[in-house]
Amino acid sequence: MPEPLRRNLFAALGLVPRTFAPPDSGREVMRKRYFPNVPLVTHEGRPVRFYDDLLKDRIVVLNLMYADCTTLCPMITANLVKAQKILASRVTQEVSFVSLTIKPLDDTPEKLRAYASMHHATTNWLFVTGQPGNLELLRQKLGYADANPDKDRKDRALHSGMVRYGNEPLSQWSSIQGSADPEWIAEEITYVMPTGAVRRTTVR
Amino acid sequence: MYFNGRGEAVSRARWKEMYQAFLNRQELIKAGLTSRRDLLRMGLLGGAGMLIAKNGLSSWGGGNCRYGSTGCGTCASPPTTPWTLPMPIPPVKQAIPVSSLTGPAPSINPNTAINPATSLPYEGRTRAHQAPALGFPFPAGVVYQVTQQQSQVRVSNELPMQNLWTFDGVSPGPTYVAHYGTPVLVRNINNLPVSNGGFGLNSVSTHLHNSHTPSESDGFPCDFFAAGQYYDQYYPNALAGFNSTHVATHGDINESLSTLWYHDHRENFTSQNVYKGLLGFYLLFNQFDTGDETTGFRLPSFPNYDIPMAFADRCFDAQTGMMVFDTFNTDGILGDKFLVNGVIQPVLHVSPRRYRFRWLNTGPSRFLQVYLTDLTSPSTPQPFYQISNDGNLLPHPVQVPAVAMGVAERSDVIIDFSQYAGKTLYLENRLDQPNGQGGPTGSVVAGGQGFLMLKIIVDGPVVADNSINPATLPAYYALPSVSATPRLQRSFNFDQTRDGQWTINGRLFSCASPRFTIQQNSLEEWAFDGGFGWSHPIHVHFEEFQITQGAPGLYGSSSDDPSNYSRWGSQYCWSGCSGGSSGVNVSRKDTVRVIPRGNVKMRMRFRDWLGRYPMHCHNVIHEDHAMMLRFDVATTGDMNTRP
Ligand SMILES: [Cu+2]
Repeated sequence: MPEPLRRNLFAALGLVPRTFAPPDSGREVMRKRYFPNVPLVTHEGRPVRFYDDLLKDRIVVLNLMYADCTTLCPMITANLVKAQKILASRVTQEVSFVSLTIKPLDDTPEKLRAYASMHHATTNWLFVTGQPGNLELLRQKLGYADANPDKDRKDRALHSGMVRYGNEPLSQWSSIQGSADPEWIAEEITYVMPTGAVRRTTVR
Repeated sequence: MYFNGRGEAVSRARWKEMYQAFLNRQELIKAGLTSRRDLLRMGLLGGAGMLIAKNGLSSWGGGNCRYGSTGCGTCASPPTTPWTLPMPIPPVKQAIPVSSLTGPAPSINPNTAINPATSLPYEGRTRAHQAPALGFPFPAGVVYQVTQQQSQVRVSNELPMQNLWTFDGVSPGPTYVAHYGTPVLVRNINNLPVSNGGFGLNSVSTHLHNSHTPSESDGFPCDFFAAGQYYDQYYPNALAGFNSTHVATHGDINESLSTLWYHDHRENFTSQNVYKGLLGFYLLFNQFDTGDETTGFRLPSFPNYDIPMAFADRCFDAQTGMMVFDTFNTDGILGDKFLVNGVIQPVLHVSPRRYRFRWLNTGPSRFLQVYLTDLTSPSTPQPFYQISNDGNLLPHPVQVPAVAMGVAERSDVIIDFSQYAGKTLYLENRLDQPNGQGGPTGSVVAGGQGFLMLKIIVDGPVVADNSINPATLPAYYALPSVSATPRLQRSFNFDQTRDGQWTINGRLFSCASPRFTIQQNSLEEWAFDGGFGWSHPIHVHFEEFQITQGAPGLYGSSSDDPSNYSRWGSQYCWSGCSGGSSGVNVSRKDTVRVIPRGNVKMRMRFRDWLGRYPMHCHNVIHEDHAMMLRFDVATTGDMNTRP
């Protein structure tokens, strides 16, 4: 059995005092729990690593999609495009948008390129595909798999309305709703910017 | 395809193995992991005293959070030995002279001058205090200063010190002891660090839950303030109706409140910040509920025999022992460690006499049904008296076998330990809730099979008990009448979109504008209905309501709890009692459990103050992810029946 569990079992028996690994920094906690550094390919055909190239040192907005989606994803992409424009006019911090396909076998870089240009999602925005196993791992890690395996098998987009956003170096992460008003989406993204913690006057 | 908890693909056979392993581990932990004999009996200890690796004791497989004490979904905390630390009782908050406050003197208008030290406005508040214009003194006669800060907190002897976010260094924070007729001002200072250990945002809004507070002091989700700022909150401690229906008597005595709590309410980060420790009690006393068992209603005296208890479940990292938050779980988070007042499975020593316990479910997502259990006879019912249903007192005490509490619900109970002198008892959560999805199944497990939360040893000295025996059914407050014709009925549906977004009436939260406007001082009727598969504890800020239909009762059925069910059958109506008119449902409330496909009707008035307030699900995971709306109270209201 792995060492930590073995140690815990022994400790619980009162055989040896339990020792713990030193606590990680917040960003290490998040990286280890949720952000595997898997290889991926962008819509530009560029090979990237998930953590090193897409998250590290950035303020990031992350969502799931697939190019042929005709239900909710196009609307969410459209909302995020609008939110991105609103943010650009209000904040100086750069915000990276990352969209992960849940159908990597269908979504070639070319297909994602077409999707990006159709949505005018061209600045600071990467649409990402790659080996199915890697995309599936990310879907699981980022909390998009339904806890009920039967439901999850039937529809792998059951939680795709929740858009992740965060400030990687500060390990501040939460989720926004992709169907929300783009103004509100933009407002919430600022929460993880240092200035976003200060109450502004947009609420009347 | 099957996956393990790390998201790695595994075969179906391996997956089943992991599941079995999980059950094994549960069994193991349930045995306490303390007795060599138990391990031998379970075949876990070989002849030479070596531990035998049962399949998957190390697995990251799925699992459930049903009962037992560890291993719950993706949560598998390190084992801890229960009953080793005393149950902490939060210190009582002490007032200070107004001249001792840090920073500028309090002002009626927000102090928006820039603090040169931070380049931010001194104060995060954006609206003037309403109270002085209605004749309340300013600053209030009683002034407190509280600081939100990171502190090292012990939750167990066997886990490292935790870097929690606290009020004044403790979690739960200090208990405010307030009195009707004595307004208070709290200078709330945000000194939280940007460094968060993985979760938490150092931008906060402190809500006083259940209080009849003017909007600017309520802790509205978007009234947050930054580290380096303060926010002066003015709590008038005035009875509802003081400026409307009951001017002559300074409010309606039958709207008196007792057990309130304060907690962070920061939009989109409430769940993380409360999980990290930002909560505490606020107790309100008056001429009847005096805190002195020789006067008024003669309830057990505070603080010796009147004890607040905040229940919580949490998860800790198996490697580092540090508290972890399941950041990307937007369904609901269950932990495998139960804390009472911030310590895992603590011990309380009591004297053989009556006590008032003030129980609070702080979540984040778990529902509770709390029993008093004697493990030497676990199936024997141990009834006690419930005297409140949320932060008020019932018309009279009601004898109950247990209390059910969704997140944020409170129950004051009176337990007479004179009948248990020399014994050991436990507070046990017997509610069956398999995972963070949906909610409780509606069943309860057998006595002794649930989660033991607190050990109570009745070994204190024999002392005088001047409190009134609740069995004599003393009268507390009558229910205010809500039989007038409501100005209108509004309907609200609580559900989830196909892609996982939480909604009210199909719509998502925004602070920016109200979804509807209530006419000040009017009576409204609200109808709540639940979605297909989920339970939601719905909380309305500002005023208490009375449930007129579909009030939730105790969970359980005759098949899983025959001994209790036969005696208290009429209270086992978790799916909604017909009418609101039995037992503990004859009450005022601020949070109601809306069960799957449930229908609840309630009536309430919105009096005295003006401004914006939220209504939301108090599964704080749902709340943070848009199952919330803003309503405003104004001099003219709208007629929006499905906002
Ligand atoms: Cu909910």
